[in-house]
Amino acid sequence: MTLNSKAPSGPLAEKWNNHKFNLKLVNPANKRKYDIIIVGTGLAGASAAASLAELGYNVKTFCVQDSPRRAHSIAAQGGINAAKNYRNDGDSVYRLFYDTLKGGDYRAREANVYRLAQVSVNIIDQCVAQGVPFAREYGGLLDNRSFGGAQVSRTFYAKGQTGQQLLLGAYSAMNRQIATGKIQSYTRHEMLDVVMVDGKARGIIARDLVTGQIERHSAHAVVLCTGGYGNVFYLTTYARGSNVTAIWRAHKKGAYFGNPCFTQIHPTCIPVSGDHQSKLTLMSESLRNDGRIWVPLKKGDNRKPEDIPEAERDYYLERIYPSFGNLVPRDIASRKAKEMCDQGRGVGASGLAVYLDFSDAINRLGESTVASRYGNLFDMYKQITGENPYKTPMRIYPAVHYTMGGLWVDYNLMTTIPGLYACGEANFSDHGANRLGASALMQGLADGYFVLPYTIGDYLAGEERKEVSIDSPEFVAAEKNVKDQLQKLLSINGNKTVHEFQRELGLIMWNHCGMARNENGLKEGIEKIKALRAEFWKNIKVPGVGEELNQNLERAGRVADFLELGELMMQDALQRNESCGGHFREEYQTPEGEALRDDDNYAYVAAWEYKGENQPSEMHKEALEYEFIKRSQRSYK
Amino acid sequence: MSGNMNLTLKVWRQKSQNAQGAFETYEAKNISPDMSFLEMMDVVNEDLIKAGKEPIAFDHDCREGICGMCSMYINGRAHGPLKGVTTCQLHMRSFSSGETITIEPWRATAFPVLRDLVVDRTAFERIQQAGGYVSVNTGSVPDANAIPISKENADEAFLSAACIGCGACVAACKNSSAMLFVSAKVSQYALLPQGNVERKERVLKMVSQMDQEGFGNCSNTEACEAECPKEIKVTNIARMNREFLRAKLFS
Repeated sequence: MTLNSKAPSGPLAEKWNNHKFNLKLVNPANKRKYDIIIVGTGLAGASAAASLAELGYNVKTFCVQDSPRRAHSIAAQGGINAAKNYRNDGDSVYRLFYDTLKGGDYRAREANVYRLAQVSVNIIDQCVAQGVPFAREYGGLLDNRSFGGAQVSRTFYAKGQTGQQLLLGAYSAMNRQIATGKIQSYTRHEMLDVVMVDGKARGIIARDLVTGQIERHSAHAVVLCTGGYGNVFYLTTYARGSNVTAIWRAHKKGAYFGNPCFTQIHPTCIPVSGDHQSKLTLMSESLRNDGRIWVPLKKGDNRKPEDIPEAERDYYLERIYPSFGNLVPRDIASRKAKEMCDQGRGVGASGLAVYLDFSDAINRLGESTVASRYGNLFDMYKQITGENPYKTPMRIYPAVHYTMGGLWVDYNLMTTIPGLYACGEANFSDHGANRLGASALMQGLADGYFVLPYTIGDYLAGEERKEVSIDSPEFVAAEKNVKDQLQKLLSINGNKTVHEFQRELGLIMWNHCGMARNENGLKEGIEKIKALRAEFWKNIKVPGVGEELNQNLERAGRVADFLELGELMMQDALQRNESCGGHFREEYQTPEGEALRDDDNYAYVAAWEYKGENQPSEMHKEALEYEFIKRSQRSYK
Repeated sequence: MSGNMNLTLKVWRQKSQNAQGAFETYEAKNISPDMSFLEMMDVVNEDLIKAGKEPIAFDHDCREGICGMCSMYINGRAHGPLKGVTTCQLHMRSFSSGETITIEPWRATAFPVLRDLVVDRTAFERIQQAGGYVSVNTGSVPDANAIPISKENADEAFLSAACIGCGACVAACKNSSAMLFVSAKVSQYALLPQGNVERKERVLKMVSQMDQEGFGNCSNTEACEAECPKEIKVTNIARMNREFLRAKLFS
């Protein structure tokens, strides 16, 4: 199968408009004859569900939590980008497009990124109209802050809880449609398979997590908005329930997986404190606006940070990158923190941390202004570490935070399975090899509010307007497969818990496929994962039965999928003999230690096709052609 | 490791919604004071699984205090002893070695127990569906800066909107009242011009749904505010009462 991105031709600024005009439409009276399933209710899922229901489609939503509002978008802190140019500082759609493409190290599709920048302005309008309480200035207009990878202030925010407020906005729009009956919301339900009929996605198999019942749900199209798969690393900033199962099972049914190795390691997280730890907590990147990052000049300097004089501190980001300073993109900030620690200049008990210091900002602005900008983050830090960041610098270290990779989608957000769409973090689309801060919220809402509602009609217009039966042999077979797998997990009754397997896998991933990768390490890692996977299917212990609320059974299925995904991520990292964005191969770096891209050989999206259990996956390439932008080496100096 | 703690846990176990529940006692050994409460529960569950027993079911997800999924009633207090903190952000350094900790689910008629510490909070969903929104369709909206809002109102609306919907207010209230939860949403929209058009219907519908769900009345004990992990103020309840009265009088 050749990959057709369906990116429209023509001038950059006209592509989306022309494309929208060329898309087929479904007549308003016919929309109610189509059913759409949306899995996942974060920003992408909730916004898509509300918008599609408003258009008149019948929507069913599924989420694993007890409410759509609890999706992990809720935890996004810093803000959302939009090219409003409200600051009069030279922002524009083109600049947001350019920054995003460059920030992604030129590994994203040009037309998609331009569209994202275009619709960014509509997102803010939409959210304000819903009553999202963004931060404002005394004149009553919206406030902005700046974020990494940009030299303009284009980030809209609601304290350090922007994701929460945007999600509650989308959730409220969903609730309005649930009240009208256009959305049926299934909570505490987990999708365990996509059902294919005649080569098209026609429904899902889901498990009711309270009763354990296996259910069949049919539709004319299925949309996966299930977020990222970073929990393959175990210790991450993801919610504990975040998983790859929905998109992985779709992958096994024929959806290609795009750039699986592109992982974002976020530079400002609270460092690991011990073996017991179950997750890492992010401190919003917005802190880098006012916080200064440093380590001691000397190795092994054990003095308290307050006792280290100015002349003996190394503000290394300001030193190496004078024009962007502490606001370099995330991949660079993370890698440099690791370098400092590798040099023996890390701080804290483990030596795996750097300082993020607010004393200058507090002197300049006063404690109350700093508190109004970051109060909740400072409180959170204090609660977790027991230290007061107003008095002593925060200690931070990079942690896995986002996955740029995901299901391959065309310009219409359709996967390689007809009728199966992927939106938000679940697709591979707009961030290339590195996502800029405050762009995840933008992309999730762009996909759900302003892209999918147009593009899905183009597919549905060609589909028969009759209900899809759930009694077909395909549904029966898919249900049986799901039940068999659950039974298998329950019947092994080995000696190791799900938790133990997930931790072991996470450690392998972090050591072999983390912030820095190399050929030997990846090859070794693949062997280790294969061995761990084999052990899993012999030695997993899942207590309880299937027909009840069984949290270990849920998790076991997810870890089984992570054990397959991890191998694919390593294969992908192994084939990409270059460094770009979050993918840093130690063999490919400039003399200054920056990522060394190879545009001649690797300017493509790697889209992987599943070939069966324990069979090597096949890689397909979508060449990335840049019509309008000249690729250059990223420089933030 | 020195300084680690040994604790006795009395945990509510209940197989399913209709099953009889009871407290069971477990030992939590060698617990680091740096663990979060849920990480301590993870350790206990691992021990239970290894011993061939059923682990304790409890809700949790983000583990950073924002999703509102975690919900334990610890030593008679929603989300435990600290103010302004969810269970997932509570650390074991808030307890002492040798202590006995009692852990229960939220107790309220409108929140039936599904299993162990997991309760059904869909009543909250139905209240939001009754009116917790501004009726605008995607796309049909003015420019964001066409709606100026005073910073004071925007900030206050934000504080109300910061509710995470965990249900601690209901669990803490002797009447199992959901007034704090409902009033937070009513207040958010009452403070903003966007919410003005549907102001009357919203409060009437949400309050009516709240009553239908079987939540109790407010008797001004203010336990809800004291236990709210996001410190939502009871002044929201006063505002909702004014909104309700106004809607009744002028509808």
